[in-house]
Amino acid sequence: MSAPLTLHNGEVAAEDEIPLLSAIDFRDAVTGAVASGRRICSLFCTPADEGRLRLVAVIGDDAAGHLSLVAMTVEKSYPSLTPDCPQAHLFEREIAEQWGVIPLGHPCLKPVRYSAAELPAVGDFFRVEGDEVHEVAVGPVHAGVIEPGHFRFQCHGEDVMHLEIALGFQHRGVERALIRGPNPRSAHYMETLAGDTTAGHSFAYFRTVESLAEIEVPIRAQVIRGIALELERMANHAGDLGALAGDVGFLPTASYCGRIRGDILNLTALLCGSRFGRGLLRLGGVHFDLDDERAKQLVQRLAKTMEDLESAVELLWKSPSVLARFEETGEISPETCDALGLVGPAARACGAERDVRHDYPYGIYRFFNIPVSSWNSGDVFARAFVRWLEIKRSAEFIQEQAQALTGGSICADERPLQPDSLVVSLVEGWRGEICHVAFTDEQGRFSTYKVVDPSFHNWAGLAMSLRGGQISDFPLCNKSFNLSYCGHDL
Amino acid sequence: MFAAVNIALALVLSPLLLGVINRTKAVVAGRKGQPLLQTYYDLWKLMHKGAAISRTTSWIFIAGPATGAAAAFTAALFMPCGTVPAVFSFQGDLIVFAYLFGLARFFTILAALDTGSAFEGMGASREAAYSAMAEPALLLALAALAREAGSASLAGIYGQYGAAHWSTSGPTLVLAIAAMFVVLLAENCRIPVDDPTTHLELTMIHEVMVLDHGGVDFAFITWSASLKLWLFGSLIVGIMLPAGATPPESLALRVGGMLGLAVAVGITESMMARLRLVRVPQLLTGAGALALLALMLSFSMR
Repeated sequence: MSAPLTLHNGEVAAEDEIPLLSAIDFRDAVTGAVASGRRICSLFCTPADEGRLRLVAVIGDDAAGHLSLVAMTVEKSYPSLTPDCPQAHLFEREIAEQWGVIPLGHPCLKPVRYSAAELPAVGDFFRVEGDEVHEVAVGPVHAGVIEPGHFRFQCHGEDVMHLEIALGFQHRGVERALIRGPNPRSAHYMETLAGDTTAGHSFAYFRTVESLAEIEVPIRAQVIRGIALELERMANHAGDLGALAGDVGFLPTASYCGRIRGDILNLTALLCGSRFGRGLLRLGGVHFDLDDERAKQLVQRLAKTMEDLESAVELLWKSPSVLARFEETGEISPETCDALGLVGPAARACGAERDVRHDYPYGIYRFFNIPVSSWNSGDVFARAFVRWLEIKRSAEFIQEQAQALTGGSICADERPLQPDSLVVSLVEGWRGEICHVAFTDEQGRFSTYKVVDPSFHNWAGLAMSLRGGQISDFPLCNKSFNLSYCGHDL
Repeated sequence: MFAAVNIALALVLSPLLLGVINRTKAVVAGRKGQPLLQTYYDLWKLMHKGAAISRTTSWIFIAGPATGAAAAFTAALFMPCGTVPAVFSFQGDLIVFAYLFGLARFFTILAALDTGSAFEGMGASREAAYSAMAEPALLLALAALAREAGSASLAGIYGQYGAAHWSTSGPTLVLAIAAMFVVLLAENCRIPVDDPTTHLELTMIHEVMVLDHGGVDFAFITWSASLKLWLFGSLIVGIMLPAGATPPESLALRVGGMLGLAVAVGITESMMARLRLVRVPQLLTGAGALALLALMLSFSMR
């Protein structure tokens, strides 16, 4: 069995460097790696010669800080990895849906986003039978102004025995639209891939292209990108803390955090004129410079915002009635977290020290390390508290960077992409690990572009957190994960 | 004449209580808040709207809101105000008063089940369970008050009640008021039992049962809910404040007391988060225990 291709985050390799393994070796390589504590970052198919497909697995070794890639050739079917490695379950369903390749022995082969002929319909849900069992269907149209998704609960009274989540209502075909790119539209697809993760996804995308084109991004642009990413993290985390307070009916924090989220979004607008950071990043750097005047303003306004936020959020941790709701609600054990391969704050709330900024440093994070924030109770409280810790550390990072901006240009020149190459780019978005994988053809255009939003890993975590819980706690658990529908649906 | 004014005040001013509660919550949270008269605007809007009624429902679905409004209105006829007498009064009318709301609840639950929706069935189940625990607390508290007043009618308890009783049976009254305040919060879907502002169906108790109602039906539901708040509030305010010497004074005291109570409810809602649903029974049994203690004290202190 040949050794897997080992890459660093954002390192380019020739396409034929990925070892093609036999089905058994591929399976052993993936399940063995996961059993020894590594994670599946991505698992997908690319077209290979003679109408066949190549199944590629990207495995992350968080401790060593590198990625390993293995592949195998598949035709109609292959033995499923899921029975031994639950992390693969959604990836294998996606492969079956997109390519019609059946993972034999998959315990729950259903569509992920749209119906395909080989698979059962979206409406076939797992059902618990019994006189006292009742089924509650929520969505896809919801009472609040949120994205569409369907939740099917199997309940016994107020207790949830099983929750199944059906998504795909926002499928737009983003990955397919990127084939033969990059073109001028590609960047906009990436900025709106998940509306609240503009900086995260565009960062991952531009790093992918820059790696393939061997563009060195100037340090000043790296700093501004880092600031944009951390501001996005802060704004979303602050909004989530407010929404969590709102879900338990705790008004003071809910009202203030809603406003403070706006204040932080306005800081992003200070950088580039868009509250969501649209149009800030560009190939080779950034579109907008952070001059001294605005850097000073950023630092001052951020300090004021943090003061407000601190007083609003500390109320949460000081109110016994709030803690009574947050603690021991929606608990996830570290074993479940690892089995499902959760990422981001949801994983760090289970005690996993997993953060792309720390494990696979990229951009400005290669020079300035942000400590990993984690908590170990795995409940709603942990997911809320980890967010608060991250807000504080992001604020410190921004203060430090904005005060010590180095001079220089903010954008490097464009260059053509290398042909027949591949790159894996990981970025820690505010929800967790964003993974972009690109393959180029002989003309240096994308032949495959695979996006994995952190939500893709974490939706299963939400379903598990409800098991054995109360149905009335679902909105709170849901908010504590706050996953993206369109990021999952692509 | 003043009896009619008393009823009219309850009918007209009760939606204002919701406005006061919402304004209090907004001020505490640092917001401007909705207009004080928002409930009136909502009622006006709803009265002019049509209703979409599912074909799977029967006459029960429409009977729910109508019964609720009728029951609340009838209950208002039993409520005296200091020196202003109630329209109806007889020994034991406090049982009628309590169970008029029971009747309204029964029909609301049936109307909810009539829709066949999973949400509404869930809400109906919660409402039935929690009201079964709130009921003893209310009845025991009323029994303690009846024992103190030596009369089993609301007119007997609230009619001539004055400051004198506070000096002789203060502890009983404090316990009864505490129990009734908890019942008021629970029965009127306020925090910490229910969250009247949430849009999350899965967490609702009362609101989820009326999701399918619209138009005039929903106006009835909103209006009878605010009248219910007014009447439960009257049970508390009637003891806390003196009766007043003349009918106008009594009525003024009642209105002032009700507004004060609305502010107190708003502050309570702002200070704490909602209880986890499984903890609600503990709160209600706690209220029941307080009411029982009040009743025992009323026996021992004589």
